[in-house]
This record gives sequence, structure tokens and C-alpha cells, in this order.
Amino acid sequence: MAVISINRKVKDDISPSVIKVENNVMNIDVGKSEDKKAEIPNKKIILLSKSAREFLFKKTFPPLLGVALFIVGWALLAQQSENLPGPEKTWNSAVELFSDPFYDNGPNDKGIGWNLLNSLQRVGIGFGLAALIGIPVGFMIGRFAFFNGMTSPIISLLRPVSPLAWLPIGLLVFQDSQPAAIWVIFISSIWPMMINTAVGVTKIPQDYMNVARVLKLSEWKIFTRILFPAVLPYMMTGVRLSIGVAWLVIVAAEMLTGGVGIGFWVWDEWNNLNVEHIIIAIFIIGIVGLLLEKFLMLIAKRFEY
Amino acid sequence: MSKYVHVENVKVVFETKNGSFTAITDIDLSVQQGEFISIIGHSGCGKSTLLNLVAGLIEPTEGALFCSGREIDGPGPERAVVFQNHSLLPWLTCFGNVYLAVERVFSRKEDKASLKKRTNDALELVGLSHATHKLPHEISGGMKQRVGIARALSMQPKVLLLDEPFGALDALTRANLQDELMRIVAASGTTSIMVTHDVDEAVLLSDRIVMMTNGPSATIGEILNVNLPRPRNRLALVENTEYTHLRSEVLKFLYERQAKKAA
Repeated sequence: MAVISINRKVKDDISPSVIKVENNVMNIDVGKSEDKKAEIPNKKIILLSKSAREFLFKKTFPPLLGVALFIVGWALLAQQSENLPGPEKTWNSAVELFSDPFYDNGPNDKGIGWNLLNSLQRVGIGFGLAALIGIPVGFMIGRFAFFNGMTSPIISLLRPVSPLAWLPIGLLVFQDSQPAAIWVIFISSIWPMMINTAVGVTKIPQDYMNVARVLKLSEWKIFTRILFPAVLPYMMTGVRLSIGVAWLVIVAAEMLTGGVGIGFWVWDEWNNLNVEHIIIAIFIIGIVGLLLEKFLMLIAKRFEY
Repeated sequence: MSKYVHVENVKVVFETKNGSFTAITDIDLSVQQGEFISIIGHSGCGKSTLLNLVAGLIEPTEGALFCSGREIDGPGPERAVVFQNHSLLPWLTCFGNVYLAVERVFSRKEDKASLKKRTNDALELVGLSHATHKLPHEISGGMKQRVGIARALSMQPKVLLLDEPFGALDALTRANLQDELMRIVAASGTTSIMVTHDVDEAVLLSDRIVMMTNGPSATIGEILNVNLPRPRNRLALVENTEYTHLRSEVLKFLYERQAKKAA
């Protein structure tokens, strides 16, 4: 529309200077060619869409079939069992549950949304603290052999300990279930980050360090320009593993500590014999875990060279 | 100034699991300012060890090394190294890789604009102005090595050390880069020491060729003066009898006197 109006203006204007007309004509030409360019990719998309549809079919059909078979199997199993609810019953219950995810009837009866957010918050704090301490310690272990020698027996001893074994210590020290749960998350998610970061530092090619030596870079420049970028992919792997562990552990920790959270909610619904809700919780935990993983994969991809 | 880089009675012994290993011994070498020296020898003859000594990346077990009258004590930007495998930092662009070096050497005396100009000038010198903002994995092997050369030269080093700089490149790219290196070194007058195993490369580029005996306990076997006039043209040299003679001298040294027993 704008192009046409300019065109008219040029024609209507009886005494435009030559340059002006030329300028306008040029503008119109540019506008037209841009329009053409914009059209071509559109056509391409339409042409592609046939093969894209085929591709989509190949990509989406197998998982859809798998999920469908899973649900059928589940329904058959539920028919045989008296206590296990089927997919339909669970779905109806889920619709009801998610119609009001954020209700609040006192500390022991809150909506599923609150429970989920509480769990995520615990994971966030425990994991965040673990990253804050684990990553710098990992750098130190990787960079200084002496420090590595100092810490390696302690790490080898503590790393295989089941996360929940730390819960009594947390309860004893903090005298409260909330920080004790966070403590369990912290101690179980610190190892993958620490160890991966340390491994990343030791894996830095000697060539890069030779460059640093020839340039006589300062420790700070070595850290920001060489160590940190070189270790980042390793570090991100550690972060990804850690958050997976943290999300696994939070359910178990909350079952023991109580309070508001998805783990405690599962336990509570078991006491109420509300099996639909337990199944729903399992799906929620799975989906949230999957989303956390995918999100971190997305971030990690940005740091690959 | 006749002994700009001076290597005095140097011996390097590496401690290994199977006892000590003498890599090089009795090395005496003086390099004049502005001279281009090649070190040639069979693999394992310690030629890279000698270069790393001058770079300061390793220390001699015995003897001493000097550069412009001062003892070499550790690596430093006045002895820039072009590494065999380019050693660019993959997370920095071509510009970033060169700028890191420029910044280190000149940031105390010069402002940012001047540092950027130095970086761009260095990249222009090696013909890479168009690839300034590309990452190393986006450019070819030859271009990466150009960036490596630009990084080394941007520091205005007293000595340019090249460790088989073109070893990993195909023959055509190698020839191109040799010609460019000749042009750049001639223009800047930088003292250069290059490790190579390519006879033609050594004769084409050098003022003197240091030929090393086989290791272990390798030492300098012979030093060959290359008195070919500069600027040198690789095509014209093919017909040059002096060139052919020098080339066969090096070949004779390598394959007759220092013939490697079948490895």
C-alpha cells in the first residue's frame, strides 16, 4: 500500500526535481524486489511441507503408537486389578485436580501447583548452593594437584553414600525438616558438578596452556579466556547430571520430612488410598524431570564449539 | 648483534619411567638478528625440543640460552611461537585470538582503538580481513595457521619461532603460506627459527639450515649456508643450480649420513 501511494505522489507531483523522482523510483523498485523476495520462501515452505509432513509422520507415529499401546496395556491391567485405577479414571481425576491447582486449605491441604513449586524451590536452593560450592572446588581440584590429593580420599569416600543417609545429619544439625531436605539435595547433587568440572580442567589441551605460557597471561586471564570456556561443556554435563539426581532425591526426601511438596503429597495420597493421585504424581514428576533435562540440554548446546 | 639468539652447550635430559633419556646434547648455536634459521632432522631428533628451549617452554638440564643479551628464563611474548597445530582458542574469533595477544603486549601503553587497529593490521597482513569475525572451526586449516602467524607477529616479537608450521597442510596451501611467510618476514625483518622436516621448505626460506643428527643424544650435525639471493621465487629456483646443489646437500645429510634405520 505504501509503495502505491508513493507511486501516485510521484505521478501527481507536476514539478518534482529529477533527483527526487529518481530517488522515489529507486525506492519503489527496492520495495517491489523485497516483496518478491518475501514471496519466494513462502512458496518454498508450501513445497517442502509435503516431505515435511512425511518426515513428521515418521517422527511422530512411533512414539504415538508406543504411548497408545502403553495406555491400552495399563487399561487391561487395571481391569484385572481391583485397586489399580485405569487411564480414564486417572484422567478424570487429573482434570479435577488441575482445575484448581493453587487452592490453599491450610498447611496440610494445598493444591498440586503449590506442592510442585515447593519441591522445585527446594531443588533450586539445594542445587544452587551445590553449584556455588561444587564448581569452584572442582576448578581448584583440577588446577592444583596438591588440592586434588587433599580432597580425593574424602570425595571417594562420601560420593557413593546414598543421599538419604545424610538426612538424619541434616535433621540433627538444622533441627528442622525444611533445611534438612535442602541439605540432602545439596550433598547429593554436588558430586557430579565437582567431579565433572575437575575432569574438564585436567582435560584442557596442553596446547592452550602453552599459548597462555607464551603470552604470559595473568591467572585471571587464563581463567576467563582459557580455563572457563574450555571447561564449560564438562561443567554443563555435571550440572545436568546433578539436577537429575536432585529431582530423583527430592521425592524420597520429602516423603521422610513431610511438609508441602510433591514427595510428601505422594505419601499423603497413599495414606488417603487415593491411587489415582499417586499415578498422576508419577506422571508429573516424570514430566518435570524431563523438562528440566531438556532445558539444561538446550543451555548446554549453546556452549559447544 | 651477531649473537642475537645464543645457545651455549645445551643438554636436555628427560626423566622417564625407564630412566633418564638424553634428548639433545652439546648444542651450540648463534643466530644473528634478522636471520632465518631452519632446524631440520628426522623425527625424534629433538628439533622441537631445541625450539621449545628457545621459547622457554622447557628448561635445559645443562648449558644456557640467551636472547638479545639476556638469559632466557621461561616463555614470553618477545619470543612468539607459531604452533604446529595452530592452537587457536576455539571459543574466540580470529580477531579475539589475535587480540588476546595484542592486548597482553600493548595494553599498558596503548588505548583500545590502537589495540584493535594492531589486531586488524595483523589479520590483514596474512590476508584474513574477510574472516575477522569467524570462529576457528568455520575456517580452513590454512586459514587457521594464518591466524596463528598473525597472532605471533602481532606481538612484534624479537624472535619468531615456528614449530613445523605448515606440516599439517596440503602441498598447495603450504606453498602459498611459505611464500607469504617469506614476504612477511622480509618486510618485518623478524629473526626467525623454524623447525621443519621439509627439505624444499628449508632451502627456500632459510639463510642457514641447521641439520640435526638422529636421537637419542642428538646434536647439530652440520650447518648449511643458503646464499640464494632474495626475494626468492620458487619457480625460478627450480632451474637454479645452487638451489639444486643445496637441496641435494640436505638430502645427502638426511638420507646418507643420518639414514634412519627402518623404524
